[in-house]
Amino acid sequence: MTTGPTLAEVEEVGPAAPPAGPPASGKRLLTTITRDKGALACLVFLGIVVLMAIAAPLITKLSGWGPYAFDSAAINSDLGGLPHGALGGISGSHWFGVEPQNGRDLFARIVYGARVSITISLSATLLTGILGVVLGMLAGFYRGWVDQVISRVMDFLMAFPALIFMIAILSSLPSGNRPVLLVVVISAFGWPYLARVIRGQTMTLANREFVEAARASGAKDTQVVFREILPNLRGSIVVMTTLAIPGYIGTEAGLSFLGVGVAPPTASWGQMIASSVSWYSVDPMFFAIPGAFLFLTVLSLTVLGDKIRSGIDQGEAA
Amino acid sequence: MIRYVLGRLGGVVLILLAVCLFTYLIFFKLSPDPAVMICGKTCTPDRIDSIRNVLGLNQPLLTQFWEFLRGIFAGREYGSVHCSAPCLGYSFQTNESVWSMITARLPVSITVAVGAAVLWLLAGVIGGLVSAVKQGTWWDRTAMALALGGVSVPNYVLALVLQYVLVVKLQILPFPSAVSFVDNPIVWFESYLMPWVVLAVGYACLYARLTRSNVIDTLSENYFRTARAKGLSSSLTMRRHALRPALTPITTIFGMDFAGLLGGALITETVFGLNGIGKMAADSIAKNDQPVIMAVTLLAAFFVVIGNVVVDLLYTALDPRVRVVSA
Repeated sequence: MTTGPTLAEVEEVGPAAPPAGPPASGKRLLTTITRDKGALACLVFLGIVVLMAIAAPLITKLSGWGPYAFDSAAINSDLGGLPHGALGGISGSHWFGVEPQNGRDLFARIVYGARVSITISLSATLLTGILGVVLGMLAGFYRGWVDQVISRVMDFLMAFPALIFMIAILSSLPSGNRPVLLVVVISAFGWPYLARVIRGQTMTLANREFVEAARASGAKDTQVVFREILPNLRGSIVVMTTLAIPGYIGTEAGLSFLGVGVAPPTASWGQMIASSVSWYSVDPMFFAIPGAFLFLTVLSLTVLGDKIRSGIDQGEAA
Repeated sequence: MIRYVLGRLGGVVLILLAVCLFTYLIFFKLSPDPAVMICGKTCTPDRIDSIRNVLGLNQPLLTQFWEFLRGIFAGREYGSVHCSAPCLGYSFQTNESVWSMITARLPVSITVAVGAAVLWLLAGVIGGLVSAVKQGTWWDRTAMALALGGVSVPNYVLALVLQYVLVVKLQILPFPSAVSFVDNPIVWFESYLMPWVVLAVGYACLYARLTRSNVIDTLSENYFRTARAKGLSSSLTMRRHALRPALTPITTIFGMDFAGLLGGALITETVFGLNGIGKMAADSIAKNDQPVIMAVTLLAAFFVVIGNVVVDLLYTALDPRVRVVSA
């Protein structure tokens, strides 16, 4: 699914259940996760991917090939540019093999692709987070015409087939700074899903006794919002955003796969898979490696998000 | 009820207008020079000028938009070419009206969407229901773990894996092609099987998780306990009291998802080379054929908006609680 934060969207942390008591502490959440073997494995895998992304230039120095270097010795020009050797040319010098036709090192491209995928999805998460929380809280806190305007915009954006509109916008724009454009477009269509939940919860919270007490003791609107309401939204924000990240990674990959995302020669996992489509029958490793990385990253994030949600739910029930 | 329906339809017209305006702005105001984009990569300055004239790109924006809207209902002339009634634009790269390109490919997209929808509804709802009833058992945990995995597979990765394993290696299935059902039902089924499965997996997993949590919620509702206490049989209470309220939210997202698919499954159709609307859109993106992309965008938005209304009306019919509120 590449259309959006599907899991988060469908199983929203229901505004029907008012967040009672303090949200589960981060420390307790961490112990629950590290005790679960599956969740721990996901955490370790994600750690490796993030490390790859951060230390990409260092790692490729170690492995010997950069992401843009052509190695014509590694491919067989008589066979239309198929890599020499079995499994897509996996060898001591090319750990994941090479791209057919031009011989670029797949390992280096995976490492640099991780950089692109992680940067774009985290930036989009940050931007949607800010937009969603601010607009959701504005709508829920002030109600009236502010709520009307924000809610109508949300309805409008959510009624759209997001993927196709992202494609439309990206394809009509001149190819400027693609990664920044991707972040902006993904966030523009992503924030309503968070804002809707935040709005509902802010509405319930704004009527609670402790907010009334704060007002009675003379707190201003900003104080009420930041000191009383925002801390109580922490749980939902954490859950919604963790569950949104895999969606954004998938969206970035999907858009790059369709050719409106990150432009070659910059490596991105989705774009690597796209270029492997014409080679899949003769060089399956070319799509299997980026495909596996994409799948495992999305899976790990989904599993972790799921665990964090149930951890927070339990913390609230306790 | 009639007033409610009319009100909804009025809203739909407004939203569709907004969608048209929004799309028009994206394609004709956001891009630096629409005529150059529309013309394609290899194009002479003369042709660009003539396109600019034919489309009236020198006129004020509102006039342009009005002409575009009028074209949808009454057809319009592009210089010497006539583009008849639902004129969503004219592709200057293929020299065809976009509407005829769409109608030629719509059957393939509908076949893909309907087949996938049947598959994911059956698998998702049945899987989720069984998991809810057998909550906490071995079956439940396996099914839910699989569902988590299924949600995470990008569909183009799944498509490539299936195609490699089933078509290239094991040679169980033929390479998908848009055969018509009448010509050869068996090949038709074999061709569409992989696209259906690929599209259905993600949704099925999502629906299974949703059905499971909904059914578990209703099982602890008071009216469900009352029904059991009155002595109704377990299968009857399951059907009437647990499944029905659990399925109403499913109807909502199903309407949206299915309508979204009708506008073309871009990635799946492209990977399998099925010549539907999705593949046409993907090809047009590659060629930067703006009028086609624009028309597909409009069509997809149209399906989703209509799907939304149908779902809302169905919802009031399915869930008595909503009916009381809206009355």
